[in-house]
Amino acid sequence: MTTTFEPNTITTTPKRTTTISRRLPAVGVVALLILALVAPYYFYPFLLMKLMCMALMAASFNLLFGYGGMLSFGHAAFIGSAAYIAGYAAKEMHLSPILAIILGMAAATVVGWLFGLVAIRRRGIQFAMITLALAQLVYFIFLQAPFTHGEDGLQDIPRGTVLGFLNLGNSLTMYYFILAFTVAGFLFVYRMVNSPFGQVVIAIRDNEARATSLGYNVHGYKLAVLMIAAAIAGLGGALKALLFQIATLNDATYLASTEVVIVAVVGGIGTMVGPIAGAAAVVGLDWFFAESEFPVMVINGLVFMACVLLFRQGIVGTIAAAFEKRRAQGTEESKDA
Amino acid sequence: MRNPPALDVENLHAWYGESHVLHGLSLTVGEGETVALIGRNGVGKSTLMRSIVGILPTRKGSIRVWGADAIATKPHRIAQLGLGYVPEERGIYASLTVYENLVLPLVLSDRGMSTDEIFELFPNLKERRASLGGQLSGGEQQMLAIARILYAGARLMLLDEPTEGLAPVIVQKIGEVIQILKKKGISILIAEQNLHFAGRIADRFYLINEGRVTAALDRDEFLASRERVEVSVGV
Amino acid sequence: MNDLFNALLPQFFLGLVNGSIYALLSVGLTVIFGLLRIVNFVHGAQFMVGAFLSYLLLVYFGIGFWWSLVIAPLVVGLASAAIERTMISRLYNIDHMYGLLFTLGLTLVLEGLFRYWFGSAGRAYVVPESLSGVVNLGFMYFPRYRLFVVVASVVLCLGTWLLIERTRAGSYLRAAHENPQLLRTFGINVSLLLTATYAFGAALAAVAGTLAAPIYQVGPFMGTHIMVVVFAIVVIGGMGSVKGTIAASFLLGIAETVTKIAFPQAASMAVFVIMAALLVLRPEGLFGRQESTR
Repeated sequence: MTTTFEPNTITTTPKRTTTISRRLPAVGVVALLILALVAPYYFYPFLLMKLMCMALMAASFNLLFGYGGMLSFGHAAFIGSAAYIAGYAAKEMHLSPILAIILGMAAATVVGWLFGLVAIRRRGIQFAMITLALAQLVYFIFLQAPFTHGEDGLQDIPRGTVLGFLNLGNSLTMYYFILAFTVAGFLFVYRMVNSPFGQVVIAIRDNEARATSLGYNVHGYKLAVLMIAAAIAGLGGALKALLFQIATLNDATYLASTEVVIVAVVGGIGTMVGPIAGAAAVVGLDWFFAESEFPVMVINGLVFMACVLLFRQGIVGTIAAAFEKRRAQGTEESKDA
Repeated sequence: MRNPPALDVENLHAWYGESHVLHGLSLTVGEGETVALIGRNGVGKSTLMRSIVGILPTRKGSIRVWGADAIATKPHRIAQLGLGYVPEERGIYASLTVYENLVLPLVLSDRGMSTDEIFELFPNLKERRASLGGQLSGGEQQMLAIARILYAGARLMLLDEPTEGLAPVIVQKIGEVIQILKKKGISILIAEQNLHFAGRIADRFYLINEGRVTAALDRDEFLASRERVEVSVGV
Repeated sequence: MNDLFNALLPQFFLGLVNGSIYALLSVGLTVIFGLLRIVNFVHGAQFMVGAFLSYLLLVYFGIGFWWSLVIAPLVVGLASAAIERTMISRLYNIDHMYGLLFTLGLTLVLEGLFRYWFGSAGRAYVVPESLSGVVNLGFMYFPRYRLFVVVASVVLCLGTWLLIERTRAGSYLRAAHENPQLLRTFGINVSLLLTATYAFGAALAAVAGTLAAPIYQVGPFMGTHIMVVVFAIVVIGGMGSVKGTIAASFLLGIAETVTKIAFPQAASMAVFVIMAALLVLRPEGLFGRQESTR
């Protein structure tokens, strides 16, 4: 067996997934951090920043689906609300970027809570369909609401300054600003998944009936995860609004939700670094095909189809499985010897 | 040249996922023979039947139905070999009427009985032909399950615990039906825990334990060693 | 009072027309879900391809509406059968959510390709001559074509329902829904049944697309919003109940357009609001049984 994540089935694999990420050599994490610190000197900071925003959104999806067993097709609602609210706070209320981000995340959390009220009792495919429909509802609200400026969107959102002297208009400053939030976001998800709370969430994913009979407030836990995931997606959306200095309806369409799904699944569901790998893959493809005539949408779709058919564990899952296999073979050989 | 046996299983291994259930089981059912599988719950009787009809995909060894390789045959083509299967849970479709259930199988030869003949054999199915399968009693479901493979024209039948949980009167009736099938020359493999019932209808007996055949008995041996059999299968 | 009636009636009939398109889509989606246990996300794109094929047949080959009504579903059905055989069928033994994800990818490919080839702008499809003009219903005038759409949809939906409930092929479908493995032992090629069902559902979407072409604009994204609406309808209809889905489609189509009278801006939200309200107030679904996601 592999470390594929299959919700609602009783398998022993999910535990292995978490142990893999736990055992993932600290060296690798440190290397990744150093890479992130020096990367903007060697690569377009803008693309890297976009990558981080995407990774945060996908981390949220991954938390919800990979660990919580809830397949969300409505991430656009969280991202869109955070982008609009953060943008509005920064532009119209002249708030500092950090406050704007916090307000954006709060808005996304509220949307997540409302989604939960409607959908939390539904599982699997129904949950996906309902979140998709609710996100479409949110889209229409944004389309009608005056403060979003309809088709034009909120333009010229100021990036502002942090702590009075860090001007986010500078692309390197902005880069480290986003990096700090991304690292914090991932640390938070990591801590949460490996906390007792996270273990209960995973137990609910694996067997909801059993968790209920053990006396856990299953719907309460699921709602909490949904709200946390919404907040993290909101963080990605708010950062993106500041980065691009615009918040538009595009962030709220079903295609925005779809992009998050693709990034997370391609990267590897149920793995900690999957969202980063997925974001890198999608941003990379985007960049690679930017010059060509061929639509990126088609490329993304094809990659995603191939991924679902052939590499369901995603980039990180496939690599981890290969390592695991080699390690297992190694121990087997040493046993024989 | 002699005809191949109706069923010839050799050194069959079968798995449910990771768990290995059949460990090199071998048996045969000759043409027109009725053969009973005797054994406790969980020794692999149902697994054997599911392996033969192809519901259980992980199999190794050889299964020949009238000489044809059943493992290499796609599940929906196995019926065409003349094989009919009545699962332990009867497999009556609750959302189909009795009549729809009856005529569900593809009729692949002229051996199949007509619905008129079948209703003659099972008059109460005729009465209930418009009822939904889910509304039938256990006995009626069992009759319908047997009738269904008669309609298909099966000449080798696998009956998994046909008397389980049924009232004595119904068990009696099923016994009569099986006698009729025997007279028609149909080969039957029957899994049975009711030793008295098995002793009345079967020509040969296999004792099964832990996925293997532990003894093969003919009728006289079976009747002579009833006590030993009872002890060994713990019934 | 009379004024209100005069305002309501046209909206009511407009809602019937939209409901007709919803019904054709949601029935196909429900039949596919019932048997394959897959939510066919690409249904909206199949609808779009159906409309586009009809448009292209007319513009490039001069083939009219009636032939398109046959050719477009046939092409979409056959192509979908090929996709089911080669790809979707590999996903049956794993979690059903992967079917949803796969068809999502397929949607992106189809919509992306059509945008690449034909641009995003909507194109008009002329109402066929034999169905142009208006009909006097006695109390109001109604475009003949739209009336045809309603009738065609009702006939097709009823036909599908009868096919499932009253025919031999339908008994195979119901049996396969209950216990596909056992059905194989009766000599029935269940894989082929699944392929045929998928092709049938997709073909219905293409029929809906062809019917919709003269009403809505033909464009690569014409199926995206309608798809989400139909998802909501299927949830309201009880996931897997053909009857409930048909009823919900027409009711919601009407609810949507009637909302337009009172709150013009809220019309496109009506279906989602109703879905959300129902989920909160009647968790067991509008039409009773709630299908568990196996």
